[in-house]
Amino acid sequence: MAKRIEASNVTSYYGSFKAIDGISMTVEPKTITALIGPSGCGKSTFLRSVNRMHEVLPGARIEGRLTIDDQNIYDADVDVTAVRRMIGMVFQRPNPFPTMSIYENVVAGLKLNGAKKKSVLDDACENSLRSANLWDEVKDRLGRPGAGLSGGQQQRLCIARTIAVEPQVVLMDEPCSALDPISTLAIEDLMFKLKDRFTIIIVTHNMQQAARVSDKTGFFSIDKTGDPGRLIEYDDTQKIFSNPTEKKTEDYITGRFG
Amino acid sequence: MSLLQKELSDVVMTPSGLRSKRLPVAVNLVIAVAAIVVAAALVLGLSIGGWPLVAVVAGILYLVGLFVAATRVEGRRSARNKIMQALIYAACILAVLPLASVVWTLISKGAGRLDGNFFGSSMNNIGARDPLGGAYHAIIGTLEQVGLATLMAVPLGVLGAIYLVEYGRGRFALTVRFFVDVMTGIPSIVAGLFILAFWVLIVSPWFNNGTPRFSGFAASLALTVLMLPTIVRSTEEMLRLVPGPLREGAYALGVPQWKTILKIVLPTALPGIVTGVMLAVARAAGETAPVLLVAGGAAAINFDPFAGNQSSLALFVYQQAGDASRYAPDRAWTAALTLVALVLILTIAAKLLARRNRLS
Amino acid sequence: MGDIPSRSATTPAGEPGVTGRHARPAGTGVSPNAPAGPSLGGGGALPTKKRFGMEAGFRGLSTAAGAMVLVIIVAIGFFLVSKAVPALQANTENFLTYKAWFPNDAEPNFGIAALAFGTVLSSVIALIVAVPIALGIALFLSHYAPKRLATPLGFVIDLLAAVPSVVFGLWGRDVFLNPVRDLSLWLNEYFSWIPIFGGDGPFGRSILLGSLVLSIMVLPIVTSLSREVFMQTPGMNEEAALALGATKWEMIRTAVVPYGKPGIIAAIMLGLGRALGETIALALTLGIVFNISFNLIENGGNSIAANIANTFGEANATGRGALIASGLVLFAITLVVNMAARAIIYRRREFRDSAA
Repeated sequence: MAKRIEASNVTSYYGSFKAIDGISMTVEPKTITALIGPSGCGKSTFLRSVNRMHEVLPGARIEGRLTIDDQNIYDADVDVTAVRRMIGMVFQRPNPFPTMSIYENVVAGLKLNGAKKKSVLDDACENSLRSANLWDEVKDRLGRPGAGLSGGQQQRLCIARTIAVEPQVVLMDEPCSALDPISTLAIEDLMFKLKDRFTIIIVTHNMQQAARVSDKTGFFSIDKTGDPGRLIEYDDTQKIFSNPTEKKTEDYITGRFG
Repeated sequence: MSLLQKELSDVVMTPSGLRSKRLPVAVNLVIAVAAIVVAAALVLGLSIGGWPLVAVVAGILYLVGLFVAATRVEGRRSARNKIMQALIYAACILAVLPLASVVWTLISKGAGRLDGNFFGSSMNNIGARDPLGGAYHAIIGTLEQVGLATLMAVPLGVLGAIYLVEYGRGRFALTVRFFVDVMTGIPSIVAGLFILAFWVLIVSPWFNNGTPRFSGFAASLALTVLMLPTIVRSTEEMLRLVPGPLREGAYALGVPQWKTILKIVLPTALPGIVTGVMLAVARAAGETAPVLLVAGGAAAINFDPFAGNQSSLALFVYQQAGDASRYAPDRAWTAALTLVALVLILTIAAKLLARRNRLS
Repeated sequence: MGDIPSRSATTPAGEPGVTGRHARPAGTGVSPNAPAGPSLGGGGALPTKKRFGMEAGFRGLSTAAGAMVLVIIVAIGFFLVSKAVPALQANTENFLTYKAWFPNDAEPNFGIAALAFGTVLSSVIALIVAVPIALGIALFLSHYAPKRLATPLGFVIDLLAAVPSVVFGLWGRDVFLNPVRDLSLWLNEYFSWIPIFGGDGPFGRSILLGSLVLSIMVLPIVTSLSREVFMQTPGMNEEAALALGATKWEMIRTAVVPYGKPGIIAAIMLGLGRALGETIALALTLGIVFNISFNLIENGGNSIAANIANTFGEANATGRGALIASGLVLFAITLVVNMAARAIIYRRREFRDSAA
């Protein structure tokens, strides 16, 4: 089910500000790709342009091609909601719907798609929560508000909500940056498990995390503030962290970055 | 095949393709034209109504047609999205129509008596057949009543807000806050009745040899009741915006709290407080009911707000509206235009002041 | 939940503007005061706290001002009751169930039933008309319109809230009456089998006219309050819905409306409070008849507040007392409605703050 993503020469703007410039990369199915780099270098912008979430901000536009299994998601006749159903997203801060219970949060996407049958929703809820390693912790309180869980649990709830609609790609935008180390570990375990079913792209500030979880790593950087972000190097994670080709990558990895 | 897709054959979880058909703009136009034609034929053909009905029926037909077409081409979800958007836009248009009519009538009818006589004379000795007569006395009344009310409401309101922000702790402060909010909803007529019962009927006889007396001052008391909660709330919000470090800096220098409040907190929040006061004044100036109940209204000029009946612009509008003279509507509309101009100038000035402060 | 990004153009919360602008004048305000006090520096005992100094005085003054609000609310109830009781004692009919209003007769007979009915009916119809439109405009302003259009439009809505009610009343009587009469005639011709559109006329100065004018008046209030509520929806919840593949309307249904529900209910109730207490607009547009009828289009209708404005002029002592008694009922109704609305808002604020 998981699909290949190809970006060729993706350039994105917010109004007149060029956020990223000429990003080209190919993400293979059922792999984890980590995007690393200093703050403001366009990792998140690139990630959000993969499922067209960047369009939510006014004035955002994009140039270049972004294909998922050879379909350009920026073609004029593409339905943006279909893109987002196919490419799910987990955000930096856990964002369960505050007015909904745990159960309702997980099945929210299914309900949008027209699923009504209780038994189906129940099954889907349990499956997703199990996949998100959360079932045992919440199975007795599915009716309680999702916002009442701990931060790590909330983030896993959001992952469950995302995978409940069976996307093919899951984007994660610094999913652990608001979590403590133990919750972070739980999410990382989860990513390994999900790799069997989904293509995963994760933006992270934590280089150990990138080294631990990812198959491939892309390093983004900017020359100076106000310049667009560029993809400096994109290669196997092992190579990036042991023997990077680019001097800039090495500087960043070894902590010698400006 | 995932479990979901097996069980939910009718639910398209993962769309096979990303492409979707869009309803072409041309189709949209065709539906609109067809809706108008059908509506006109239906309504005029059966002669069950005029052009307004055609517009309404055409609107409904257009929405139905759009929904059906969009459902067939784009699917139900997308169609619903479209219809809701159309309804939301329609709500805006629907609301703008009467409001535009109000503005247009105000200007076209209000211009009729915009002359020196209107602003320079009262209604004293103006008979039913007299085309002249003006609102001078009413303008005087409005200015005096609102001015007095402001003099009373502002210190009280600002002090009350200071209590809520700087001193108020615990249950009592919460109660005060809650009732300030509740008080903003008290109908103006109730405030008028309160002052009627309290001031006009009980207190004023002491000053007037035992007989109750209407006065502009009583009206300003009622307006004070109405302005007070607005001023407390807006001032409170402004005071809360004053950053804590500013206060702490003063305390660290040994400045007592009351001096800190008066010399540092209040001046910092002053522009915002003025904005709130101006909005409250604008609202009070437009109130009719309290003035009717406790100032009584008058045809002649009365400069003394403490003795005898007074009118106000809003009350003048109301009384002219109820007057049988054929010249009364013109006077009513011109007075209404004057009143709206006064209120809107105050409101716009207040908002611009607020905006300037926010931007700097 | 974290911080709630507020995109409201009018919400000044968290704006550093005030500070930046006034940091300097405030600073100069401090320095001349600081070295004042004679007991600065040096040794000796610290001055003792004064019991009746400026500090205590100012604190007392501001506390008294705060308490004044409670005093006024209690005083309203007290004085209205004190003036209403004599009239109620003189009343020869049941005040709560009697429909007519003859308090100035030698044998005063008056009751609130028809007035209270008219008040509630006109307000409820006004809200039924105004609320969907107001919510539509609020959503338009918060989620559909580009910012360049939303800001001036929101400004216009705020201005409309400031237009005095007497102006709307005058407009309703002089201008709006004609289209409403045409509509009433049309409704009567084709739908007279529905009781609310029945009757033999004359039509026009009816509950329908009064309610529609009222709905135009409560529209800006409900709009601006619910717009603020919609704008407080956390952006990350909207993004979560969109990332699940929701259409714009589905996003609003999933993230915006449930989150804003308490606020919307409160906005509606505040609008109801305003409609219930509206005086002059109804005094100018209703047909002033003392009966209880659901007929919307025939000349008629009345309300507590409109009745006070209309009959106050020729009221004697008992008549005034009777009007004050009716005002007391209105005060009680609006107090309950407003307190309920505020209680909802307060609970919601606590919920939001605790979740933050």
